[in-house]
Amino acid sequence: MSAEIGQLALILAFMLGLIQGAAPLLGAHRGDSVLMSLGRASALLQMAFVVLAFGALATAYVTMDFSVELVARHSHSTQPLPYRFAATWGSHEGSMLLWVLILALHGGAIAFFGRTLRETLQARVLAVQGMLSAAFLGFCLFTSNPFSRLSPIPLDGTELNPLLQDPGLVMHPPLLYLGYVGFSVAFSFAVAALIEGRVDAAWARWVRPWVLSAWISLTVGIALGSWWAYYELGWGGWWFWDPVENASLMPWLMGTALLHSALVLEKRGALISWTILLAILTFSLSMIGTFLVRSGVLTSVHAFAVDPERGAYILVFILIATGSALGLYAWRAPAMRTGALFSPLSREAGITLNNLFLLAATATVFLGTFYPVFIDVLSGDKISVGPPYYALTFAPLFVPLLALVAFGPMLNWKRDTVRAVLTRLRWPIIVTAVAAVIGVVVFGIADVGAALGIALGVWLIAAAFMLLARRWGIGRKGAETGRLIRTTPLAFWAVAVAHAGLGVTTIGVTAITAWTDSEVVTMVPGQTVEFAGRRITLDALGPATGPNYRADQARFRVEGRGQPFLMLSEKRFYPSSQTQTTEAGIRGEAMGNLYISVGESATLGAATVRLWWHPLVGWIWGGALIMALGGVLSLSDRRTRLAMPARKAAQARAAEAAA
Amino acid sequence: MRRLAFIIPVVLFLMVAAALGLGLRRDPSILPSMLIDRPIPTFDLPGLTPEDTVGLASSDFTGKPVLLNVFASWCVACVIEHPMLLRLQAQGVTIHGLDWKDEPAAGAEWLAQRGNPYTLIGSDPRGRTGIDFGVTGAPETFVIDGHGRVRYRHVGPITPEVWTEILQPMMDRLETET
Repeated sequence: MSAEIGQLALILAFMLGLIQGAAPLLGAHRGDSVLMSLGRASALLQMAFVVLAFGALATAYVTMDFSVELVARHSHSTQPLPYRFAATWGSHEGSMLLWVLILALHGGAIAFFGRTLRETLQARVLAVQGMLSAAFLGFCLFTSNPFSRLSPIPLDGTELNPLLQDPGLVMHPPLLYLGYVGFSVAFSFAVAALIEGRVDAAWARWVRPWVLSAWISLTVGIALGSWWAYYELGWGGWWFWDPVENASLMPWLMGTALLHSALVLEKRGALISWTILLAILTFSLSMIGTFLVRSGVLTSVHAFAVDPERGAYILVFILIATGSALGLYAWRAPAMRTGALFSPLSREAGITLNNLFLLAATATVFLGTFYPVFIDVLSGDKISVGPPYYALTFAPLFVPLLALVAFGPMLNWKRDTVRAVLTRLRWPIIVTAVAAVIGVVVFGIADVGAALGIALGVWLIAAAFMLLARRWGIGRKGAETGRLIRTTPLAFWAVAVAHAGLGVTTIGVTAITAWTDSEVVTMVPGQTVEFAGRRITLDALGPATGPNYRADQARFRVEGRGQPFLMLSEKRFYPSSQTQTTEAGIRGEAMGNLYISVGESATLGAATVRLWWHPLVGWIWGGALIMALGGVLSLSDRRTRLAMPARKAAQARAAEAAA
Repeated sequence: MRRLAFIIPVVLFLMVAAALGLGLRRDPSILPSMLIDRPIPTFDLPGLTPEDTVGLASSDFTGKPVLLNVFASWCVACVIEHPMLLRLQAQGVTIHGLDWKDEPAAGAEWLAQRGNPYTLIGSDPRGRTGIDFGVTGAPETFVIDGHGRVRYRHVGPITPEVWTEILQPMMDRLETET
């Protein structure tokens, strides 16, 4: 029964999306409040129906209703409950439903929290959001219906790909989608502003929390995906430049640029049309990511539901959405107010430069990702673009960007002088220089690149501390440091924390790139090898069983450098899907990870063991989490908080009513 | 002039979209092997059981075009493909087998139960030779000409359509070449 309820709810949500896409737009044009309020009502109602549809599918999964084709394809009776639930978004159709769910939740949130917006602006934003919703709901209904039934009903399902049966993967897609879809709000606001021909600081104040929350989710989502790849794929790589990873990196880079330019727009009223353009591009890149995964244009470890027909639908949709948004931009943006002017050396200029670097970096990733498609279209040659391309293009753009990051928050708005900035940054400059010299001396001239990479991370962290130290008046006579610490606004903390997090990630990336150590040995139980300053003994080798898999399990004892400890590594075999996975043994420490993965048994009673030492690898994800924390701090600052203007306006209205 | 700058994004976008649209019409799952028209990698593999004195070596690929079929006892799609291979053998097609990432004894048992379509079989329990061939999964089939060069690679089971539309015409052509 639940599948039919879900199907019906989805159809109703689609109809509501169509209404929401048209009525408020017309209402705003005519100044008709009734039509405009129809937009709010349908957004809320649509949210309710999509939640119902998603609940119906989740119920089918959890209760193992194998008459639903999707469930039969991605669930198995031996699959543990959390993974049966997570399988809801483990397939193409289910993940599209999750996408639509998040989109509907955002639409509902705009309808609910946006009552203090100018009525016409809210109506237009909701209309754009409604069009997006209707398009994606239509995509679900017409090309990838999650609720198709099967007859005859199979006795059991084919299980979810074992690689995906993992706690990291339970959260990875929802977080990514929160990011991708969150940017749709910025897109809708941008298009609505272009229709209205009006952008002001209030607009930016409204958009920024949405961009921030999307950016936070995307940051954590990408970090989680990278961490999952690290421990699950069994060889300790943390980033592969896979097309689908790039698809998540591009909106992140663009979203980061948007976050900063929206700040300039809010504080200084500058970069108006630029911010609008970034808002359109960020969400467009999110949609292109969806296109990539589902169209089969590129092969990828992530690609699922490779189906050119679906690809064509999404492509036509992107063509209409982005094409018309950019067309509108070309038409309306030149007429918009040009923002306040600023000198070439000012915080505005710093952020503009950062934006240009981020844009260029996004462009290189875009080119690298789609180059094989372009080449194939032009000449029919099959080529692939790998890490060397990115080392040559992305890195040279990102290194100066990282170096510049420290300057931005140290610059004054409007105008500044070189001398003043360098004076403010003298301590970070000294610390970084010392770090670089120590690095070159300790690691030798051969590792000079690595030493400089570490120094770059130190630079970011030192500059972040300097930012706080200046705010707290440390080193200034008569400054009430205690009071200054207490009164430091969260938004200020946010900048320091996020930039320091970037420094932490930089150090992690440098260390693992420069100093990874690995060894392959064939071991029999009882044998000991020396590796990375430790003695590793294969304690036992034997079979093990899990709920839905069999495994060859190897137990290792590791001694040296502190307390001895045990590590497990498994080669798992999932009979119902005939798949093998490697569960690496990982010992995470502050200074690095010891990573052991067992290969196939070479001969009876022996195992091929691959040992890795990954220095500081945890810092990569730690840094990303710190960046996300910076985002959370910024979002919790009371001036950013969404409810704030709402509450103030409500109070004002209440006061008016009382008077 | 200023207006022109605002038109650039939409123009660039339309160009990209056009390229992507054209890109949709191709199929990236057709994996051209790196080895196409190149000699097969050198290998010398033992047979499945200790009694099998002959295994499979790269020197066995001379004279006439043959198929090299990658299989394993754990591979479900191989079970589906198997009857087709037996039929081809009955038609006189020479097929060599590569028992890939598989216990040799399990592979031998699997063939004993279902029938052996292969002329020669090599056991590659750790998948080393498979790596040299760029095997991504089982089943997979390589068309190898009389000079020991890889001419085509097919990923997935050989279905009757694949045979009549792709592999058979190719084998016939290679037959006349040599």
